[in-house]
Amino acid sequence: MSKFNKGGKKELPAISTASLPDIVFMLLFFFMVATVMRQNTLLIENKLPLANQVEKLENKSLTMYIYAGKPGPGYEKFGSEAKVQLNDKLISNIQEVQAFVQQTRANTNQTQVGKLLCALKVDVNTNMGLIGDVKEQLREVNQLKINYATRNGDATKNIK
Amino acid sequence: MAKRSAPEVNAGSMADIAFLLLIFFLVTTTIESDTGMNRKLPPKLPENIDPPKIKDKNLFTIVVNKENNLLVEEQPMELKDLREATIAFLDNGGGTDNAKCLYCKGKRDPASSDNPNKAVVSLQNSRQTNYASYISISNEVLGAYRVLRDREAKRLYGVTYGEILKQYKDAVEDSPEKKAWEVKKDAVKDLFPEKFSEAEAKE
Repeated sequence: MSKFNKGGKKELPAISTASLPDIVFMLLFFFMVATVMRQNTLLIENKLPLANQVEKLENKSLTMYIYAGKPGPGYEKFGSEAKVQLNDKLISNIQEVQAFVQQTRANTNQTQVGKLLCALKVDVNTNMGLIGDVKEQLREVNQLKINYATRNGDATKNIK
Repeated sequence: MAKRSAPEVNAGSMADIAFLLLIFFLVTTTIESDTGMNRKLPPKLPENIDPPKIKDKNLFTIVVNKENNLLVEEQPMELKDLREATIAFLDNGGGTDNAKCLYCKGKRDPASSDNPNKAVVSLQNSRQTNYASYISISNEVLGAYRVLRDREAKRLYGVTYGEILKQYKDAVEDSPEKKAWEVKKDAVKDLFPEKFSEAEAKE
């Protein structure tokens, strides 16, 4: 009989918390895998339009990013007109785009310069005048490969 | 002494460490959008060279004003009809003799394009046009090219153009397989070359 003796105490065993960090690690691994380290802090609003004729960006290391949009919350001191952001600052003179492209070219391998792609991440509410100026500057430096960044979706929903 | 099981390590601090790492990653990373429409800008021509002349019938004009209204070939049009109209223009094949298009299934209207390799789609914006509508229009035009290329790829090779692109990307570099897909891709591309140009924005 003593083999089956429960031992008198009626305490419930403490809940093991050993699996709690496992759950948290799962979430952590998800974020480590599905996200990228943010390159630039966006000073502007950047809601991308929808399109369905899209392709994935092939080589992130051979891509330079040009952001455009209205200055976002907290940055109203820069005005309410749409601006272009390169690296971490808003540019005042559109000619700086050329310098930016030349600098990126200088920092890449000679053999890869031809594969450089310029990704334009522009907010939905920007006007074409600014984009046209940016494209003119890119043509001046002969950076002809560009990509308009978009989200995947039905393009007819863009126009309100 | 009787053996005693080692005291259990308290797992509570493990969770704290994990939460700290999680918060770090939440704050410093973004879920970036890495899709987009690839385009090629036209090269800058030297000052004294004139742009090549295109016959009016081979030019499909799309004009967008600052109210984001479309004017296609001088007629107002809704966005949803643009893709069909572009397909009709590209596929027209109104040319005769050496400009004849053998694979076109269009109306063969002599007032519309001669041959897909001569057909140019031109988009002109106003400076106040919304970027979103510009993207929608570009999307519809590129969609028209894709529909026609899919049709031709199915006819020639039994797979859609999208499938050819996917197989080309997935193939191993410099393998005979990749070269075979490249040949197919270029063959279909040449049937409907993308001649989508943008004119200077007007005020």
